[in-house]
This record gives sequence, C-alpha cells and structure tokens, in this order.
Amino acid sequence: MTDPSLTPPDWQGTTDNPWQHLRQYTAARIALGRTGVSLPTRELLAFQLAHAQARDAVHLPLDFTALTEQLTYLSQHHAVLPAQPPVQVHSQAVDRMTYLQRPDLGRCLDDTSRALLQQQQQPQQPEQAFDLAPVIADGLSAKAVADNAVPFITELAQQLASEKQPWSLAPITLVEQGRVAIADDIGDLLNARITLMMIGERPGLSSPDSLGLYLTFAPRPGLTDASRNCISNVRPAGLPHAQAASRAMYLLREARRLQLSGVGLKDRSGGALESVNANALEHKNKPDADNATQNFLLNRED
Amino acid sequence: MHNTYRYTLGSRTYTFTNLADLMARATPARSGDRLAGVIARSAEERAVAQMALAEVPLKNFLKEALVPYESDEVTRLILDEHDASAFAPIAHLTVGDFRNWLLSDHATPTLLTQVRAGITPEMAAAVSKLMRNQDLILVAQKCRVTSAFRNTLGLPGRLSTRLQPNHPTDDMNGIAASMLDGLLYGSGDAVIGINPATDNVPQAIRLMKLMDEVIQRYQIPTQSCVLTHVTNTLECIEQGAPVDLVFQSIGGTEATNSSFGFNLATLAEAQAAALALGRGTVGQNVMYFETGQGSALSANAHHGLDQQTCEARAYGVARKFDPLLVNTVVGFIGPEYLFDGKEIIRAGLEDHFCGKLLGLPMGCDVCYTNHAEADQNDMDNLLTLLGVAGCTFVMGIPGSDDIMLNYQTTSFHDALYARRALNLGAAPEFEAWLEQMQIMSDAAGAHLNPGLPPAFASSLAQLPTRGGNDD
Repeated sequence: MTDPSLTPPDWQGTTDNPWQHLRQYTAARIALGRTGVSLPTRELLAFQLAHAQARDAVHLPLDFTALTEQLTYLSQHHAVLPAQPPVQVHSQAVDRMTYLQRPDLGRCLDDTSRALLQQQQQPQQPEQAFDLAPVIADGLSAKAVADNAVPFITELAQQLASEKQPWSLAPITLVEQGRVAIADDIGDLLNARITLMMIGERPGLSSPDSLGLYLTFAPRPGLTDASRNCISNVRPAGLPHAQAASRAMYLLREARRLQLSGVGLKDRSGGALESVNANALEHKNKPDADNATQNFLLNRED
Repeated sequence: MHNTYRYTLGSRTYTFTNLADLMARATPARSGDRLAGVIARSAEERAVAQMALAEVPLKNFLKEALVPYESDEVTRLILDEHDASAFAPIAHLTVGDFRNWLLSDHATPTLLTQVRAGITPEMAAAVSKLMRNQDLILVAQKCRVTSAFRNTLGLPGRLSTRLQPNHPTDDMNGIAASMLDGLLYGSGDAVIGINPATDNVPQAIRLMKLMDEVIQRYQIPTQSCVLTHVTNTLECIEQGAPVDLVFQSIGGTEATNSSFGFNLATLAEAQAAALALGRGTVGQNVMYFETGQGSALSANAHHGLDQQTCEARAYGVARKFDPLLVNTVVGFIGPEYLFDGKEIIRAGLEDHFCGKLLGLPMGCDVCYTNHAEADQNDMDNLLTLLGVAGCTFVMGIPGSDDIMLNYQTTSFHDALYARRALNLGAAPEFEAWLEQMQIMSDAAGAHLNPGLPPAFASSLAQLPTRGGNDD
C-alpha cells in the first residue's frame, strides 16, 4: 500500500487543458491549465508580467528630452515638418496622481504653457492659420508614445510631402499630463485649422503600447468627442504605422475639403479592416445568413 | 422644499444645505465625489455628517426628493410606487436606528423581504453610509432574492457566473473558443453574455443565434444575452431573433438614462416584448441591467448627488422591471471615480448591499483597469467578501483578461476558488448539467474532471490542430 498522503510518482505538476489548439482563434487566455482549480505558476507569473508592463506604461514618465531630440532630427530630414523645435507644455494636472483623478485638469493648459504657445503664432502674418498642428501627449501610456509617435510621424511626413495641395505645419507641441481635449486649446492658440493629437491610450493587459490619434477640425475650447475622428490601437501588433498614417492622411484631406470633423466625417478609407484578423475578414466577406454563426462548437457529428 | 441640516460638535456648528448635501458629505471618501465637488471637506466633516444623517427620520426621504419630482421620472417612479404598508414596521426609525434594526436578530430574512417595497433607494444609500464593510456583508447575507429563466439564481449557498466570451472582432470561432473554455471550467450559469465589438442589429442577431444554437445543441440550462442597446434588442425581437434577455445600462436619474438613449417606457416595452417570446422555462425574469458608480457624473446628470446615491437610485429603476440579473461594474469606470482597491472594494460591497436590500438579484463585475491603483489581490479580496455576502453572480473570463474591453475581471479559475473556499455551488440545474456532461465529477465540491468531456470531444476532433479557419 502506498501512503495516500504522498504525492504520486506520476504527478505532472499541473493539469493541462487538451484544447490549447483553440488559441489559433483568439488571443484570450484560454486553456491555461490548472493545479486543483487554481492557475499554474507559469500562467500566474505571465499575468503578473503583463500587468507590470501595463502599470509601467501608465506610471513611468515620458522622456521628453529624448522625444524632442528625435523629432528635431526628423525635421532635418523631412522638409514638410516645421523647422522650429517642438514646444513642450504642461497641463494643469501637476503630477500623475492628480492627472489620474482629475481628467478636467488634464484638459487645460497651465498659464506658463499658454503664454509660451501664444509666442508661437506665425510672427509675420498672425492672421494666417497653420493647416495642421501636431500635438503629442503622454496620456495614459508613455510607452505608447515613446515607441510609436516618431515612427508614425515619419510615415505621415512622407505622405504629407507627396500631397498635391501643400500642408503648413505648426511646431509640434509636446504635452505633459495631457488629455485629448487639451489639443483644442493648443490648436486655438496656435491658430491652426486642424489638430492631430497623438496620445497614449489606456493600456490593456495585452496591449500596453497603443497610441491613439484624434483629429479635430477648427479646434477651440469646449468641443466634445462628437467633433473628433479617432484612429485607435496604433502599434506594430495592432494598426501598423504606415497604415495608420494612410488613414490619418485620408481624414486630414477630407477634413480640409469638407471643412469639418467628427460624426459628419466618415472614414471610408477602408482602413478599418486593416487591423482585423483574417478569420474575421473571411466572415465579413461571407454575409450568408445560414453560415453566419458557423463555428467549431456547432460542427456536425459524423 | 428643502431643509437645512445642522449638527453641533463642541463649539462648532456644521451646516448642510439640504439632504443631498448631507448624504454626499457623509459618504466614505472616493475620487468621483471629489471630482464632482461634493465630497466632505475634511475627515471631521464626514464623521459629523454621518452623525447628522443618523438622526434623520426615514420618513424625510419620502418628503424631500433629492432630484425634483417634477423633472425626473426616476424620482416619480420611486415615490409613486413606494409601498406604505410595507414601510410601516420601519416608519418610525431614523437612519441610525435603521442600521441597528437591520443588524438586529429581529430583522430576519422573512421580515427583510416583507419591508423591501417600503425601502426607497435613498434610504438604502443613507444607511449604507453609516455601515462598515462587515455590516454591509452581514445584512446582505440575510436578504433572500431569487430569479429564474432557464435555471434558478440566488439560492443560499450558490454563486453563479456570467460567461463573458468577448472577442475584439466578434470572430465566431474566437467567441466559441472562450465559451468552450468557460463551460469546461463550470462557468456560465447566470448567463452567457457577449459585449459585441461591432454594435449593430445584424451583428447582435448573429451573436444571439450563435449562443442559442450552442445552448440548444448541448442542452445547457442557461440563458444568453448580447449586451447591445435596448432599442437594438427590440429590433432583434421584431426580426425574430432568439432573444433570452434584454440588456441595458441604466443610471439613477432621468438625465443619465436620456444620455444612454432610453427612458422607463422603453424598458417597459422591451420587457413586454421579451416576455411575449416565452423562452424562459423555470421563470420569466427577462431583463439584465448593468450599473456603476460614476455613470451619472460622467453624463453630467448627477444633480449634485454623490455617486453612490445615484447608483442606488438606478436600483430603483431596475426593480421596476423584475430583472434576472443586475450587475454593478464596479471598477470599470476608472480611477477618477474609484481611485484604488480600497475604494473599489467599498463600492462593490455598498452596491451589493443596496441592491439586495431593495430586492435585486445583485451581481458584481469585480474588476479594475490598468490606470487604477488596484491589482489581482484587491480583486481576490472583493471576490471573497462578496462570496461571503451572498453575491448572486460574478463574471467569468479566460485568465481575467478581457481582450475586447481592455480591463481585468474575475476568471473562470477565480470563481472556482470562491466556490471551493466558501463552499458555494452553481445554480442547481446547471450543477446537474455539469455532472451529466462529465465536466465535473463532484460539482458541489468544484472538482473538474481531467481530460475532455465526450460531448465536446467530437466537435474538437474535427478541428485542425494548427493553422487557420477552415470553414
């Protein structure tokens, strides 16, 4: 008789789930296996790592010095980008803890920043507007900005340069502790026709690095999200930089042509499908109602 | 007419402009009330406000509407439907007495059921502000609320789960994969409920059909729901879609609900339409509501109330429509409303208590976002506390990670932990199904079988072991 209190010699450590191949259909954390009813150590630690990366994305400050250097270098190689160095401003949220609890303060410029931006209006012809004011804010993910802002602007600069109707760009504004709507104030002060806000999105567990793009025509304080167009999930594993730039270019062109943005400006670039995986595309191309719910759980038993 | 409330402490007299102000200042600290500017201005003011609130007769809540009767249909619903005879046994109490009464041995489950219709949401909110977490747990545990559709939810000793198989593109196989994972971990007795990535009527119908076919194919004693707007669901019903439950996010003021695009008449119409389908087998509770502290402020429709009082008023809306499930999505809204684990845990217990006291089948999405000061340990704490409090249901999702909504909620594993640690079972009909399908050998003890249950093995056997979608 073996002692039942002893761990059996064939104990494998954890119980695997024999449906791991279903991971081909979803990025959800399925078939994790178990020990008893609890998570195996490996899966527990993988989750902790993902959460740690998302937390760091929220809390580690954006390196504005490095970003400024990169953008300055970029402007030397792309004539369409403004020759002036980026302007760094700050919202009224004094620190990250305030920023997280007071979204209203993250939407407003502090007084110093306001004065700084007023000096940036075109000195020779103050009545002449910029076509576009690019704005970069840390938002909820410094990592998203650090990893994706410069590659995206590089792609956008190439596309802007090849446009028939030229685009005049305001100096790039960099915002510390900024929310989306702070670009309205910035665009207004700079006398810009359109703002393009690039901002770190709320990090997901599996996507700590998503950059969001918000385009607003005729920016002025008091606008709501109904006045904006959004392109979300810009990152190599989501919507790649070049495709994001194409969609942004489409919206910029249309906003300038139609003199509006937001609900009245529909994205018909087809870019919405680009970040969708192949399975979903296949379904979208097969609207046949009889097959619409086809999936492996409903396979016929033969 | 609004009374000013005063309380003298030593040489200082504190003044509260009206009952709403008093309620707000008495509320345990949270970021959303700070954002709204209604939070107590000092810790002492909060403690004093609680003392002043304890002296307020419950009857005052029937005379002093916190949101004007004339301009708010939620206020009218609460006051017009107040049951004076149910209220009679507690009509002489103050808020402070009410806490004593609720915790007393006198307040049995039977008596709590009897007085339910006499308690307004504002009374529930008021007394909760004087209660510690253990009080909220102990009284909630005494409240008996059951609801039913294809199974029976809320029985003592039970903890059910909503299986939430969301997918960022609504891919049918992706959703099916998460559904299977959940079912094989014993999840899904409260509902199989999908938040659609593409929110329109044709998509909702596809998802409804998918879940209906799976439920029928495997004879699962549960119900399905697509969490789309109530007007979408009405259109789905008109088009003949298999609708089990009607979903809607609701708030505690008319203006909040207007911002959500519905009113009470819309909910009544939807409830009648779903009832007419007659799809329930053991009960006819056809509504699924979601709520959460902060939604009214977020819609700029809070009328100067604190967010927890607004939340309790949403339960006044819910109970009008005999829901199968009410879910407070407690940590989803973000740190500007509930800042950290402590605030989320407190809010979850308050919401569960108020819902149960008012007679709702109250569940909780025990959750957080990555910009909140919270982590898995906070969720373990809240899940355990809610399990002790007799919470009707929690969410179930693969590995706590919702890849569509980008937040963390309780996993299939988490629910089994709570069932084991607290000796809780699934809904009885579902528990029997789990054993019959050989998913569990001892469902009451949450013992999963190793290996693949035969009924699912054949579906999986036809799949390629690697590669793409072959349909």
